[in-house]
Amino acid sequence: MMSEAISKPADQAHISVRGLSVGYGDRVVQSNLDFDIRRGSVFVIMGASGCGKSTVLRALIGLLEPFAGRVAYSDEDFWAADAAQREHLTRGFGVMYQGGALWSSMTVAENVALPLEEHTNLDAATIRQLAALKLALVGLKGFEDFYPAQISGGMNKRVGVARALALDPQVLYFEEPSAGLDPISSRRLDDMLLALRDGLGCTMVLVTHELDSIFTIADDAILLDARSGTAIARGNPRDLRDHSEDERVRRFLRRGTA
Amino acid sequence: MSGPTDESARRARASAPLAGLETDLVDGRLIVRPTGSWTLHAIFPPHLAVLDAARESALNQVAFDCGALQAWDCRFVVFVRELAQRCERGRIELDRAALPPGVVRLLALADAAPERTDDDASSSVDDCLASREGGFLNEIGRQVVAFMRSAGELIEFTGAASVALVRLLRGKARFRHRDLLRIMQDVGAAALPIVSLTSILLGLILAYIGSLQLTRFGAQEYVADLVAIAMSREMAAMMTGIILAGRTGAAFAAQLGTMTANEEIDALRTAAIAPMEFLVLPRIIALVLMMPLLTLYANLMGIIGGALVGLSLLDIEPLQYLAQTRKSVDLVDFATGLIQACAYGIIVAVSGCLRGMQCGRSAAAVGDAATSAVVTGIVFIVVCLATLTVVYQVIGI
Repeated sequence: MMSEAISKPADQAHISVRGLSVGYGDRVVQSNLDFDIRRGSVFVIMGASGCGKSTVLRALIGLLEPFAGRVAYSDEDFWAADAAQREHLTRGFGVMYQGGALWSSMTVAENVALPLEEHTNLDAATIRQLAALKLALVGLKGFEDFYPAQISGGMNKRVGVARALALDPQVLYFEEPSAGLDPISSRRLDDMLLALRDGLGCTMVLVTHELDSIFTIADDAILLDARSGTAIARGNPRDLRDHSEDERVRRFLRRGTA
Repeated sequence: MSGPTDESARRARASAPLAGLETDLVDGRLIVRPTGSWTLHAIFPPHLAVLDAARESALNQVAFDCGALQAWDCRFVVFVRELAQRCERGRIELDRAALPPGVVRLLALADAAPERTDDDASSSVDDCLASREGGFLNEIGRQVVAFMRSAGELIEFTGAASVALVRLLRGKARFRHRDLLRIMQDVGAAALPIVSLTSILLGLILAYIGSLQLTRFGAQEYVADLVAIAMSREMAAMMTGIILAGRTGAAFAAQLGTMTANEEIDALRTAAIAPMEFLVLPRIIALVLMMPLLTLYANLMGIIGGALVGLSLLDIEPLQYLAQTRKSVDLVDFATGLIQACAYGIIVAVSGCLRGMQCGRSAAAVGDAATSAVVTGIVFIVVCLATLTVVYQVIGI
């Protein structure tokens, strides 16, 4: 019944970022970032390698305190919140890391089950069923009792997605989801992300520079530039590719041919 | 020993291709004529000296003639780049026209890569600490700063762990109890063999050295006192602490370090699970529970070791040895040892976990974390031992 509303992103901002500056030590990597991520949209943070995409992501998911600026989830300022409120906000999103970052001492099913064990009062049998369901959603039915070291890199990524889905979050973050995957697996992952977005109705934020994925699934995007240290374009990536006035933007989105 | 190596080196030299370099100087124009095979395994004449000699005379252009060049790889490209740099320094024109097209293309590719700018290099206190420049005084300064920082970090981390412990007692923090039991088994029961071995040997050594002195006064039965007091007050706790620093502290640092390197700690944070509560608390609790038990066990083993010497070398009767031991120590002696054991447990667990959590993102960093955990653990065990000894002295126990 909601599918109509879900497949089309709503206009209101789910995550809003204002004046964000991030970096390490005394080095600013990206500054003055302003963007809104619409509820139910697929938003891509793109940019060349080393431009600070992942650093911006770390500020959005609470791993790196920004130098300045505001990251708000549904108008609640993440970095100004107290510890309890921040934990509450953190439970509202799931993160898939580039290398999977699965807890290597636990089985695949335990990886997915741990957030449920920690944050819900469900009984063990229900948790086990929920974990099996999430694994089935990412196409890993029957792999529950494998350890991360026993399955392939692509499977590790998919378990990472299942774990990110564990608490039914409203926002899903993906760091370089298709890096290191063959073209077919990469395509399948894109399809899976769209299916999950339509099925679960969550907002998705991807950090990537894979143009094929970007044009297939992104509703909105922001392009970060290493040289100027800030965003040089925001909007629909297909529009940017075809109509951007900025040569740097066109070059990036057309693989170097402006 | 060196025969076959020499032989194979000689054979390699015999089969290696030869490279050569000829130069002609005509009207201030130097023609460089590489000959033969310019490859990684080729044998070279000392070629760059030619250019140094040529620089003495009035030289305004360098050009190539590659007609006699049979083969080349990156060895040749490096030579051309070096030549180009020298020419640039000496303001001499370099004519690259006659180079093989592949070389020209590789040179263009290498020069196209942007140089690393100063922006990328951040200079900070850490860089100064990591550098090995400067004299003896600088080194002392670095060591002092590093020690102060390490003490500060240890105290800060202990504080954070205490906050987590208070949260646990108030029922707000949680970890998996089966993790605690597994860690207790790893650090406790699994350490029994090494603790047994070292404690028995320690008791043997104490008794043997003591007996050498005491028999001179005919007081050999006091060997039992010596061993019992030394073990119960200091030695058992200290030895167990040092063994666990090497065995368990390093393991904690390596486990948490690998998890940090693998982004598993970040994944816990973004799953709203506090690593301090989930990973660090069970490790500290396990060690604080297991250290006193292991120390008590080490006491027993040390006394048995001492008794082996007493019964075999000194002909003391078993019952007499036992009675002498019981007379010499009381519960206060054991309590002082056990209090130390608890403190060492905290030190080993905190230094292991701290170094693991601070770990960088490489295999070498995990190794460094383990090393650093052991060093930190042992240093602070010794500091704590000295402090507690003074405290015991002052309060008279």
